[in-house]
Amino acid sequence: MKPPPFDYVAAADLDEALEALADASVETRPLAGGQSLVPMLNFRLAAPERLVDLNGIDELSRIEETEDGGLHLGAMVRHRQLERDPLIVRRTPLLAEAAPFIAHPQIRSRGTVGGSVAHADPAAELPAVFLTLGARVRIARRSRDGESGSRAERTLALDDFFLGPFFSALEPDELLIAIEVPPSTPGEGTAFDEVARRRGDYALAGVAARMRLNSGGVCEEAAISLVNGGSTPCLMREAARTLVGAEPAPEAIGAAAAACAETSEPAADMHASEAYRRHLIRTLTARVVSRAAARART
Amino acid sequence: MSRAGGTWVGARVPRNEDARLLTGRAQFVEDVEPPGTLHVAFVRSDLPAGRLRRLDVERARSHPGVHAVFTAGDLGPLLHPGAMLVPPPPLEGLVFHARTALPLVRHRIRHQGEALAMIVADSRYVAEDAAQLVEADIEPLDPVVDLGRALDESTPRVHEDLPSNLAAHVRQTKGDYAAARARADLVLERRFSYDRGIGGAIENRAVVAEWDARADRLEVWDTTQAPIPVRNVVAAALGLSESQVRFIAPFVGGGFGPKIMFYAEEILVPWASIRLGRPVKWVEDRYENFFATTQERGQLHRAEIAVTREGRILGVRDIFIHDSGAYDPYGLTIPINTQCTLLGPYHVPSYESEFRVAFTNKPIVTPVRGAGRQHGVFIMERLLDLAARGLGLDPVEIRRRNVIGPEEFPYNHEIMYQDFAPLRYDSGSYEESLEEAVRLVGHETFPRERERARADGRAVGVGVVNYVEGTGIGPYEGARITVEPSGTVRLATGVGTQGQGHFTAFAQIVADAVGVAPSDVRVVTGDTSDFHWGTGTFASRGAVVAGNAIHAAALSVREKILRHAAEALEVDPEDLELVNGAARVRGAPDLSVDLGALAVRANPLRGAVEPGTEPGLEATSYFGPPYGTTANGTHALVVAVDPETAMVEILRYIVVHDCGTVINPTIVEGQIHGGVAAGIGNAFYEELVFDEFGGTSNASFMDYLLPTSTDVPPIETAHLETPSTLNPLGTKGVGEGGAIPVAAAFAQAVEDALADIAPGLEVLDIPLSPGRLFDLLRTRRESRESHAESAGGPS
Ligand SMILES: Cc1cc2nc3c(=O)[nH]c(=O)nc-3n(C[C@H](O)[C@H](O)[C@H](O)COP(=O)(O)OP(=O)(O)OC[C@H]3O[C@@H](n4cnc5c(N)ncnc54)[C@H](O)[C@@H]3O)c2cc1C
Repeated sequence: MKPPPFDYVAAADLDEALEALADASVETRPLAGGQSLVPMLNFRLAAPERLVDLNGIDELSRIEETEDGGLHLGAMVRHRQLERDPLIVRRTPLLAEAAPFIAHPQIRSRGTVGGSVAHADPAAELPAVFLTLGARVRIARRSRDGESGSRAERTLALDDFFLGPFFSALEPDELLIAIEVPPSTPGEGTAFDEVARRRGDYALAGVAARMRLNSGGVCEEAAISLVNGGSTPCLMREAARTLVGAEPAPEAIGAAAAACAETSEPAADMHASEAYRRHLIRTLTARVVSRAAARART
Repeated sequence: MSRAGGTWVGARVPRNEDARLLTGRAQFVEDVEPPGTLHVAFVRSDLPAGRLRRLDVERARSHPGVHAVFTAGDLGPLLHPGAMLVPPPPLEGLVFHARTALPLVRHRIRHQGEALAMIVADSRYVAEDAAQLVEADIEPLDPVVDLGRALDESTPRVHEDLPSNLAAHVRQTKGDYAAARARADLVLERRFSYDRGIGGAIENRAVVAEWDARADRLEVWDTTQAPIPVRNVVAAALGLSESQVRFIAPFVGGGFGPKIMFYAEEILVPWASIRLGRPVKWVEDRYENFFATTQERGQLHRAEIAVTREGRILGVRDIFIHDSGAYDPYGLTIPINTQCTLLGPYHVPSYESEFRVAFTNKPIVTPVRGAGRQHGVFIMERLLDLAARGLGLDPVEIRRRNVIGPEEFPYNHEIMYQDFAPLRYDSGSYEESLEEAVRLVGHETFPRERERARADGRAVGVGVVNYVEGTGIGPYEGARITVEPSGTVRLATGVGTQGQGHFTAFAQIVADAVGVAPSDVRVVTGDTSDFHWGTGTFASRGAVVAGNAIHAAALSVREKILRHAAEALEVDPEDLELVNGAARVRGAPDLSVDLGALAVRANPLRGAVEPGTEPGLEATSYFGPPYGTTANGTHALVVAVDPETAMVEILRYIVVHDCGTVINPTIVEGQIHGGVAAGIGNAFYEELVFDEFGGTSNASFMDYLLPTSTDVPPIETAHLETPSTLNPLGTKGVGEGGAIPVAAAFAQAVEDALADIAPGLEVLDIPLSPGRLFDLLRTRRESRESHAESAGGPS
């Protein structure tokens, strides 16, 4: 359980990191919190020739309000900050509610939001939570031959980002630099819950939900996404749509939960069968959506 | 701290070792790194069964930084099967096939992780890089994975020279079970499976060896629980005198059984040090630990109980298969523990027990904390619960009607135990411990609590189960106690220490005898240069066997102190007392002499020592019990089950236990807490998962789930003290008891919690993971629905 040899570059700023990634002759991987990458190296499941360490790049750690009142989270914002940063806790309580379910405090102090999203693990909490919030990712790379300027950036809806298990839309020369969460609107309630074998374990199944009610208590918008509900972090559009246009009564929520369970594609593994996962998805969806609805009402 | 003479035993003395352990000053094997140390990585087989056709190590040998690569062909006379550590007891009709492993695979691979080659390099990193360059051409063979089919005729053989995978066959009986069955009002039979897992010590195994060519001596630091026997085996294997080889087992981060074994690395690392003339170090990593260190695993039982209408046991029949893994170096300890412990604290007039041990292509099985006793307790307690249900009795009531009473000791169960002696209980408090647990958990009023919780939408249940634990078996341990001129008292004993608090509990025994504080006793364990007779730390025997040897040595030293003090003070020894590190005259405390001064007096530089006496205030004693002493106890717990998610939460955990004389309640409670934590892991979390190809799918702590601090509730303990009649201190072992009955208690409590929601649900398989509980709930639900349908449908 020792990593194979690799070169190490401590990038002082974003351009230096992008520079290193742009050199296609050396297989290079960004190193963020290292909480997923280092175990993979130690198990020799990954053997990049070079690591470019992002921990020294200040601009990637920024937490800011965006012009439209949303939230800009630099890629290197730590999980722990999601629980503690006053701006985050106030703006998007869903992040603060979900973050404590990720691993243990030591790991949350190192692990980063960018690393978690870039890793594209269907069992991770944050991808599902950011999907529920309608987040976008900002991606940068060094300009390729013929392009003007030194840096190229693009923004993707998170929904278009996850392509498969541990597989995202990032190109080898690209870096995820920030996640942007749109502002929350009045009448919105969110909730998160999961079932894990032990506190801090990856969830057997988890559910994040967001719901907006009008002043009459009718649901105008709903989003549900699942942790470990399929091969990628996934939004459950059909199920969420059934809630729109009516009051979120227990029967309606129960039906949405059943639809969620039916259309999800959970995998079986040593910790849970497919049937058990589906059952958990149904139970948790009902609980979480009810809670989001109750919060939207107050 | 000072106490009036003779009362340290029984006191909550803070642990002598904690200052060193908690400030990071305790030495572990990993900390040992002499200058010039080379590091080892082993190339291990990924396949569980195969023929090694060719092993090409040339690229690894020429890799920069590599000093040597050894394969089976390089081992010369070392290439013979390992020691048969514990031969089976002489049982009538016994079948036993002894098979132990070669240090490195020559032709045949029998489990994942068997070592193919040993790489010695400048660092562990380089050694692992080189390991990837070794090319092994292995012809895969069909692995034997499924225990239930291991003994079938059509199953491939693990050992090609044996006619089948049968490693052993044992049958023990008492009374006439067939007659009992014919007379019974209720006979119940069930199939049970009980799986266990790894020892899971926080420190993996490690060996550092340094051959000193000038001194002609070998020094080995080893995480072993048995430094003396391992030293003796290594000396013999390497052709050295035992006095040339020093084994040191310093602080060890947990043993739990697997470190009592003898392992090939313990020979290979010293051998490599001699060959290369450099210190050599190997530290097992967590991944290796899942294959290279022994573990426990499953048994499959078909068991039957015969009872009267009143719930009295007439007899039990149990037929089971035990998974030994690829080899059986530790004999039959585990299945015999299962067979004997099943009888528990109960009258069982007739018993028919038969087991078969099967070889499989899985890592080797040897005792892990509890060592098969869990399996037996689970079967018996489950049978009692099922019988109680069948008879409409309360689970506590059926136990009351069958426990052995206080006037019935010594009690003879008439079958043979793992220590080759008949299964006899010296003393115990079975009724009292059951009633105390019933009282503490509030069993009488629990039905009301259950109703109240149910009104809040919560399903809660209670479980109360009993166990006995055979502890403190022979053959013997020894101790030497010396009073130094400084007045410090030195104690050396051969057992190794892995966190049990030996430095304190042993010191308390000495402190009482010689009148010093425990903090003035310097304890050395597990260093063969300090003490080289003994067997090791296992079978909950440290406080019993080493403890009583220490007690005897301490009394001898006390005699010597009193004799010298009487001479010095010119008084009768009868008039002396030993207090605060001095001998003083009773009633005249000014007339006193320090132990240090007496130590000098006892070891004069001039003058004559009386013929027939020994110099110094020193004594060595040994203790060997006639047979093991039996501890007992009762566990009670309250659980809440979420029937939707199948998650179980422990609300209360109560342990009433009796380990005879309690030397230090804090240490005993620590043993119990750790044991219960291990039991909770076993009952609910831990499972080794083997895929169809025989590979372990969860060889990391990400997927092999040990309970953590958030999964273990506060544990309420009550101590009962029924002294053992087999040793002067009256002590019994307590190292394993905490782990033994947990799964049985869990099963009863979960069934109780779900009694309304899923009536008839039976927990017969351990671990009871939430996935398994979900399946049980679903099956119950479906069978109820189909009942309801057929009842309500057209006839
Ligand atoms: C014991 C343990 C338990 C855990 N439990 C959980 C859990 O319950 N839930 C959970 O969600 N996670 C869990 N994790 C994972 C943890 O949350 C990780 O921190 C997270 O998944 C990855 O973040 P990181 O910053 O550590 O990324 P790293 O490990 O540094 O990187 C992960 C991957 O993403 C790439 N990468 C990182 N940053 C960027 C970037 N800005 N742009 C492009 N690529 C990038 C890396 O190259 C690498 O391939 C656990 C980890 C451990 C060790």
